[in-house]
Amino acid sequence: MSETIAGVSSSGGAPKVSRINEVVIRIAGNSQDGIQAIGGFLARLAGRSEQEVMTFMTIPSTISGGPSIFQVRIGSGEVLTAGDDADVLLCFYQHSYEGHIGSLKKKGIVLYDSDHVTPKPEWQSDYHHVGIPISSLTVEAIGGTAKDKGKNIYALGLLAKMFDLNMPKLEKLLSERFTGKDPSILNNALAAFHAGHANSPTNVFETFQFNEPEQKGIPQVVMNGNEAVAYGIIAAGVRFGAAYPITPWTDIMEILRRELPKYGGSFIQCEDEIASVSMALGASFAGRVAVTGSSGPGISLKTEAIGWAVMAEMPLVVIDVQRGGPSTGMPTNIEQSDLNIGVFGGHGDSPRVVIAPANVKDCFYMAIEAVNLARKYSVPVIFLTDQGIATRIEAFDEPDLEKICQDITPDFTPVPTHKPYDLAAKDSITQHVKPGTRILDGRYPIATGLEHDEYGHPSGSPKVHMLQNAKRRKKLQALATTLPVPKIYGPPEGNILLVGWGSTEGPIREAVDRSRAAGDSVSAIHLRHINPLPNGLENIFSGFNHVFIVEMNDEGLYGYGQLGAVLRARYCDPKIQGITKTDGLTWKVKEIVELAKSKLRQ
Amino acid sequence: MSQTLSDNPIVTINAPETITGDRKGLSKKEIAADHPTWCPGCGDFSILALYFKLIEKRKLWHEKITTISGIGCSSRFPYFVQAHGAHFIHGRALPFAAGVSLSRPDLHVFAFSGDGDAFSIGGNHFTHTARKNIKMTLVVMDNQVYGLTKKQTSPTSPVGFKSKTDIWGAVDYPINPAKQAIAVGATFVARTSASNPNHVLATMEAAMDHDGFSFVHCLSECVEFYEGAFDAANPRKGGVFNEIPKSHDVTDELAAYKLANVDFPGNFGIFYKVNKPTKNAREAEINATLQGKFTGQKDWQILQKTFARMK
Repeated sequence: MSETIAGVSSSGGAPKVSRINEVVIRIAGNSQDGIQAIGGFLARLAGRSEQEVMTFMTIPSTISGGPSIFQVRIGSGEVLTAGDDADVLLCFYQHSYEGHIGSLKKKGIVLYDSDHVTPKPEWQSDYHHVGIPISSLTVEAIGGTAKDKGKNIYALGLLAKMFDLNMPKLEKLLSERFTGKDPSILNNALAAFHAGHANSPTNVFETFQFNEPEQKGIPQVVMNGNEAVAYGIIAAGVRFGAAYPITPWTDIMEILRRELPKYGGSFIQCEDEIASVSMALGASFAGRVAVTGSSGPGISLKTEAIGWAVMAEMPLVVIDVQRGGPSTGMPTNIEQSDLNIGVFGGHGDSPRVVIAPANVKDCFYMAIEAVNLARKYSVPVIFLTDQGIATRIEAFDEPDLEKICQDITPDFTPVPTHKPYDLAAKDSITQHVKPGTRILDGRYPIATGLEHDEYGHPSGSPKVHMLQNAKRRKKLQALATTLPVPKIYGPPEGNILLVGWGSTEGPIREAVDRSRAAGDSVSAIHLRHINPLPNGLENIFSGFNHVFIVEMNDEGLYGYGQLGAVLRARYCDPKIQGITKTDGLTWKVKEIVELAKSKLRQ
Repeated sequence: MSQTLSDNPIVTINAPETITGDRKGLSKKEIAADHPTWCPGCGDFSILALYFKLIEKRKLWHEKITTISGIGCSSRFPYFVQAHGAHFIHGRALPFAAGVSLSRPDLHVFAFSGDGDAFSIGGNHFTHTARKNIKMTLVVMDNQVYGLTKKQTSPTSPVGFKSKTDIWGAVDYPINPAKQAIAVGATFVARTSASNPNHVLATMEAAMDHDGFSFVHCLSECVEFYEGAFDAANPRKGGVFNEIPKSHDVTDELAAYKLANVDFPGNFGIFYKVNKPTKNAREAEINATLQGKFTGQKDWQILQKTFARMK
């Protein structure tokens, strides 16, 4: 990767061609410049070429404008993270140049728009500078307008040349994206793209070719985590949802609002967060598990109704796209600080299911799992994704939709009798019959938030309360016995075990690889089921001297993060320690490696 | 059954039509569930009895009724009715009921609420459920006091009402529920009183037959904490029960607002009733249009088309 790119020569003559396995490109500009579009095209191309890809972006929490970056890592081998440092920095403005040169590897290439960027002499020896008047060349290429709209596509042409990218595939992607009512839009895009590709800067630079990736022969789909969640929900058979817009959850509700009617479903935009969770619960009660979702403060607002769902044993899926908190917090930054509210949020004893996807593929498949757990166990399922995975683009094998898509239309066959809260039920698991179902003994159930007898009628009996509390607990204990024990990444015995959850699996695995390459004894596990936890983790922990819980939240009053606290409470094992941070950005591999080392020295 | 359930559902769920051939209408005994926990003399008894009457009269089956409530004295209602029901959280019965209504066009959705539940903690939902014209009936049993928590000021308590949270008399101006309902776009707005059973039944029946959001403001005396609150509207207690004049045009919004604005005891009957497409119908239209583009395709094939664009 970097080593091959670092050998750039600025001497004259024909550019030499180097073969590479992977590259990290950081594109820096303003949010309205369409830099996400460049990254998106690169990611999609990688998917179509069966390369692995991962992206990382930051967006300002302003409506338009403000500095923004998009980083894409494309590789012919396994890609676990979006990369710590970039091989190439493409920058459109002076602020993008000065703000992001620090994230470029030494001897990396800085490709800058010389219309807006004045390179600094003191950086010339550290980085290979390639200046191209991208803005004016774009205007020249498209013609007839003084605006530089389209410079992102011009830059895409430059990158295509530099990395010998597949032109027909890129042209096809452009035409898919820009074909619309006005043919001039596509023509302009192609003109800018070809002009960028044909550009031969005087400052001749090296070009690169990716080594052929291993062809698995399975078509790839390329999407971000939010898209994967939305389509997973649809594949699971959910046909009703309700929500209120909030960043970064909103994309999911927009997709569901647009898509669900095609499948005979509806997604309703509500007046507030509480109405959304209530409406979703109404639809679940009416017969078919529904979905709601939110981020940050919205999740806080939903907690009372989630408690009702626990008490009434009503299936529900709540998607929490975590962002920086507390309160309004950092709406466009990454954090994993909603584990506590996910597991414990609400008053009283209210056991519920909490799961967390580790990558974009998981977002799709685990959304289906969330729906099925909610249905089977009659319980709310909190689905903890985060801002990082929400906007991260990855490629994964196209799912076999014919096999995967579920029909969960409810059954209205009359039943002789029905106890919605039957204390004698196997594993304490019960399901509601739906309104519309005739109950032949004439006793109809009430779904309720009051403590209740087996028919759902109020009961103030302490004995009943204890039995029903136990019922709500026991069904999740039964679930725990079915959960797979996570696979260990690396040897099953050693010095350090890193434990992660949610979107951090990639950097943790790469930290393991890097540490082992340096001779350190490090392994990792990744938890997808947070509440209940799978049984048997203690057997894994016993193979290591240190167990470090790696998470993006605060170290807390007692020195470990939110999952760390749960694991400490469960296992009472002082070797469980926390590695945490709250800088609002994804983990860099080197941060994990260094924090683990410094923890050992403590 | 002469019901006005939508023929054009959002097809989230297609429940089978109930076979009615050999079934007799339900008797009161079959409809009644738990014995009500209300205090003797509470106005809510009358409303419950009239709901039973409505079910009997209209031959509604157990399984086709959903009775939904929030929290408060009034909101104990579902436990007393032998039908599918939900006792939800405080103030949120309306969005919950909306979730049922929007996904189940085959059901009659009734929400029962009180003045605190509907206009205080649930005020926002009252506004938005009404303006969206979601098909259901909301009956608010207004006693102008918090009863379950034992006499605190409610959003409909008159100025000067002495409660445990206003020992010197209430200082906040009360809400006029009918005026508010008209202003926020409810398509059926009526007022009745538990002390006039025939009027309650007729009003609930008209509300049920309305294709849209129907709101019934029903005065219901709390004999424990606000005795005599509605005597002025009860002829048996020396008051007057003024029915809305037959000449009133129920589609005239301004006239309705004026009638609803008359000082207590004011007028009883239907203030406002207009036909506007419901949200249920509009969402169904969207579905029909979009589904029309995928006729004959299975769900997985539709999704596969979307995925093809993400390759």
